[in-house]
Amino acid sequence: MSALSQMGAVTGMNLRSIPRRLGSSSVIVIGIAGVVGVIVAVFGMTRSLSQALVDTGRPDRAIVLRSGAQNETSSTLLVDAFATIKNAPGVARTSAGDAAGSAEMLASVNLIRREDGAQAAVGVRGVEPTSATIRPEVKLIDGRMFRPGLREMIVGRGAQHEFKNLEIGDHVGLRDSVWTIVGIFESGGDANESRLFADAQTLMSAYKRTAANSVTVLLESEASFDEFKTALTTNPTLSVSVERERDYYQRQSEDANTFFDLVTTFVGIIMALGALFGALNTMYSAVSARTVEIATLRAIGFGASGVVSSVLVEALLLSFTGAVVGAAIAWLLFNGNTIGIGNNVGTLVFQMRITPALLGSSVLLACIVGLLGGLLPALRAARMPVATALRATA
Amino acid sequence: MTALVSIKQVYKSYVRGKQRVEVLHGLDLDVEKGEFLALMGPSGSGKSTLLNLIGGLDRPDKGEITVAGQRIDQLSSGQLAKWRARHVGFIFQFYNLLPVLTAERNVEVPLLLTKLSSRERKRNVQAALDLVGLADRAKHKPSELSGGQQQRVAIARALVADPTLLVCDEPTGDLDRETSDSVLQLLELLNRQQGKTIVMVTHDPRAAGHASRRLHVDKGSLGEAPVGAAA
Repeated sequence: MSALSQMGAVTGMNLRSIPRRLGSSSVIVIGIAGVVGVIVAVFGMTRSLSQALVDTGRPDRAIVLRSGAQNETSSTLLVDAFATIKNAPGVARTSAGDAAGSAEMLASVNLIRREDGAQAAVGVRGVEPTSATIRPEVKLIDGRMFRPGLREMIVGRGAQHEFKNLEIGDHVGLRDSVWTIVGIFESGGDANESRLFADAQTLMSAYKRTAANSVTVLLESEASFDEFKTALTTNPTLSVSVERERDYYQRQSEDANTFFDLVTTFVGIIMALGALFGALNTMYSAVSARTVEIATLRAIGFGASGVVSSVLVEALLLSFTGAVVGAAIAWLLFNGNTIGIGNNVGTLVFQMRITPALLGSSVLLACIVGLLGGLLPALRAARMPVATALRATA
Repeated sequence: MTALVSIKQVYKSYVRGKQRVEVLHGLDLDVEKGEFLALMGPSGSGKSTLLNLIGGLDRPDKGEITVAGQRIDQLSSGQLAKWRARHVGFIFQFYNLLPVLTAERNVEVPLLLTKLSSRERKRNVQAALDLVGLADRAKHKPSELSGGQQQRVAIARALVADPTLLVCDEPTGDLDRETSDSVLQLLELLNRQQGKTIVMVTHDPRAAGHASRRLHVDKGSLGEAPVGAAA
């Protein structure tokens, strides 16, 4: 009989004995299910948050900030600079022939969350009328667009889902003034969908500001970026930094995720170690409970490889079962959930997506933990002196 | 008769805690082909150690062990496992059947190490169960069988691959007197009718009475034991 068939025979006999050891076997299943459930949930959340931010940016759009500013909220661009930036080479034109650039202001307003009634900040983005050309992904799904010069706002679907009093006709108080919601938009679940949009000039006027935070432009093509950037950064009258919008949001997502990633990795490692010791304990118990059987099979003539494989396959099967259970529970509980997390420009509302890649890598991690947990007990089983093990049973 | 098992100047010791305990000191033994040998002796006398060496479950510190013309003291543990599969059938005190398998599946286990087809294995299992009188219990699991029946299944398992040697470690140690007798009669039958060479360790003089030769092991040395001698 080949070594492979031997392994199959011993493994088959071993697996059939699992029902007699359900109690100890369930330790590994429950432990791994817990680890995979937590890892899938937490990484699913951080990846979805990151994706929502990254999806906000496009490679054929550029964002201009004051030189040295890390993000829009810490940047100020004076009105004098707007025309130079918008008319720089490489900027696309609207159908009306205007430069496709929008000088924008970011503010925030405290609103009441639907879930717990607590107040939380929501971002308000003041945009110019050209924004419709620059951001074609922003689509009105109800109501109408705000009118320039009026205190009107349109609200992103994510923000409306997360906060109360954001229906069409509702009023929002902003700096001693009352603004009316006139429309609802969606933009593919990106960060803008968590915000309110208003006319930039009206918003700046309400806040008594003369400077915007940023200028966003639509480029003629992705390749126009270098030309645009060079024109602005070599202009001695300007002191600005230029980034592709996608790179800007990528950087924002990395900043946002650094802490979460640290916490998740730490918790994941601790839990994986716990599961590893659980698997070790379970498999040592399994080997101990099967001392007689293993010694008998060895006495009859089965080789060590069959014994090792039987223990490893059991560990793998139990950890795989646990991983599937944990992943399924996490998927059922969290996939598609809408989550709101506060960041520097208000609350970012995004939909949690548990991807097949995340599920697959979590299950793979669990199987590795299971195999590592089974390795030492498997070696112990294989090295067990047959004569001693048989005597111990008598 | 020719010696099937030849043991020459075998030494074996174990380490217990910090002490090395000498179990066998220069032991010599020949077991003839077709012989039914009973090894008797008090606990710790070395009889089980000797049985393990004969069955290839352990290796001596020094000395030669030859079975059917092959030196087994020089084999690696992997080679010993293969050798055991071909040459030795084991019968244990507590039967050591696999609890999740039926009687016929338990008997089939040693055949899984051969190249026999499924049909051939089934035929051999049936013949072995017939021989021990348990054909009607083929589908029963060990927990559904009495002690005597379990030991008969274990004997069928030991026989099914037609080994050179049967090694029995206290085969009646867990059985009542009546059942012990039937098991011993079965072993005797296998020895006389099928010419099986049997080496049996026992404390029970009555069990030893079924053997064709009895040896007394004491402090690692061998001596002849008379019929009915106390262990």
